[in-house]
Amino acid sequence: MISITNLTKKYGPVTAVDNISLEVKKGEILGFLGPNGAGKTTTLKVITGYLSPTTGQVSVKGADTLKDPQTVKRSIGYVPESFPLYEDMMVYDYLAWVAEIREIPAEKRAARIREIADVCGIVQVMHKDISELSRGYRQRVGLAQAMIHDPDILLLDEPTSGLDPNQIVEIRNLIKKIGQEKTVILSTHILPEVQATCTRVIIINKGKIVADGTPEELLSKSTAANRVHLQFAEHYDAIADNLRRVDFVDNVIKVEKAGERQPVYVVETKKDRDIRAKLFQLAVSKNWTLLEMHSETASLEDVFHQLTTN
Amino acid sequence: MKYIWSIYKKELRSYFNSPVAYIVSTVFLLLSGWMFFQQFFLMGQASMRALFGIMPMLFIFFSPAITMRLLAEEKKTGTIELLMSLPVRNIDILMGKYLAALSLLVITVLLTVPYGLVISFIGPLDWGPVIGGYIGIVFLGAGYLALGMLTSTATSNQIIAFILGLALCFVFFIMDKILPFLPDFSVTFFQYLSLDYHFNNIARGVIDTRDVIFYLSFIAGTMTISSFAMESETWR
Repeated sequence: MISITNLTKKYGPVTAVDNISLEVKKGEILGFLGPNGAGKTTTLKVITGYLSPTTGQVSVKGADTLKDPQTVKRSIGYVPESFPLYEDMMVYDYLAWVAEIREIPAEKRAARIREIADVCGIVQVMHKDISELSRGYRQRVGLAQAMIHDPDILLLDEPTSGLDPNQIVEIRNLIKKIGQEKTVILSTHILPEVQATCTRVIIINKGKIVADGTPEELLSKSTAANRVHLQFAEHYDAIADNLRRVDFVDNVIKVEKAGERQPVYVVETKKDRDIRAKLFQLAVSKNWTLLEMHSETASLEDVFHQLTTN
Repeated sequence: MKYIWSIYKKELRSYFNSPVAYIVSTVFLLLSGWMFFQQFFLMGQASMRALFGIMPMLFIFFSPAITMRLLAEEKKTGTIELLMSLPVRNIDILMGKYLAALSLLVITVLLTVPYGLVISFIGPLDWGPVIGGYIGIVFLGAGYLALGMLTSTATSNQIIAFILGLALCFVFFIMDKILPFLPDFSVTFFQYLSLDYHFNNIARGVIDTRDVIFYLSFIAGTMTISSFAMESETWR
């Protein structure tokens, strides 16, 4: 659907995107993950044709963004980061206008607008001015205008920024629903978002792709250790030393927590080693009262952190 | 063509949905009416010549006021990004917006037609120069609007767009008035480039194709530069 070949984009002396190549297939929900300023938004803007590549090519369904921008724009729906909209227009009028430019036949327009309003959950604000809308509704109007012509490709720049937790869940479900039939690229720096919605993740840092794969594949790349957190009811002698003697334990860190009388012991092991049973048996054999034990596995946060710092 | 029409309708509606259109028309009518009738009663002739002397000067201020928001506002609020994600070409955007601004200007100018009707009751009004004057003033205004559009394309700050537009309009207004200070060989060149000079030709009641062609090519040239300015944004 989208193929990016050796794309570089420079703003003056600053290289925002540095020689990236990428193929996006039909039906993928691709998450662009990266710290702020990594080049996510720039890449999306180049795909929409709003920015021209300094070098390299981008083609969408075989059409080059520079040579045939009209064709590219017809198959793309785009929601920019801050969802800019015409403040002085009514939601309905705005969508009707976009529908007109998107060449939806006049007789089908009203039905299509009703349909998309329903999908995006904006039926109740259709006759309000856009300037009166809350952030959540503006975001949905942004989505509605991007989807009104039923594009094959949807580009979303930070689609959940500034939304409340309920709205975030709704938007994510909506994205998943859309992603069943369409290709979606979304950019974000929120990690749970990627795990919740995406079928493929690309981590981008300083303009370069540093990782590419399904969320599971990326997780398996983590070199971070498994951690088990333990908390006991009272202070016993030499807890840390005893814990260290358990097989496969690499390290034990004692963490004093504010507001809690007993410290938490964080036991680190090599990955793929589950030592919880052994830890429990140790506690039983020493007659220690165990209040809490939970394990923490490698997360995308770790992967992200590893790949985007240094 | 269809895109131009869609954008035109939206822009025109946005002028009339906001106070812009009403303020521009009202203040223009107030100023031009007051200045015109002051001179009209002094001259004591059933003629609208004085009005066509005033309007070009007022246009220097009003044209950039009409055009300043056209692209500068879209760039400031970021809506330009959405607009450009639609399958429209830059020239469609520019033409649609330009024609909307021109429509507002024409409507405002036409609101002064009742002056002529009133005068024709008082004395014998020669309609030839009046019609010529109106045609000329629309061409002149169209030229100024193209300049205002260019400055709005070049910046995201409406105030800068306005002041630069005003300055550009002033340059093309003053050009045929500073001819005595220019070297002889360049006089005809600068006279030809002056928007006001061609207006005066038409306002005399003689519609010469050369003047019309000048205005049309001036507008086309300015719009081309605006389109390049828009294009260059994507290459930043």
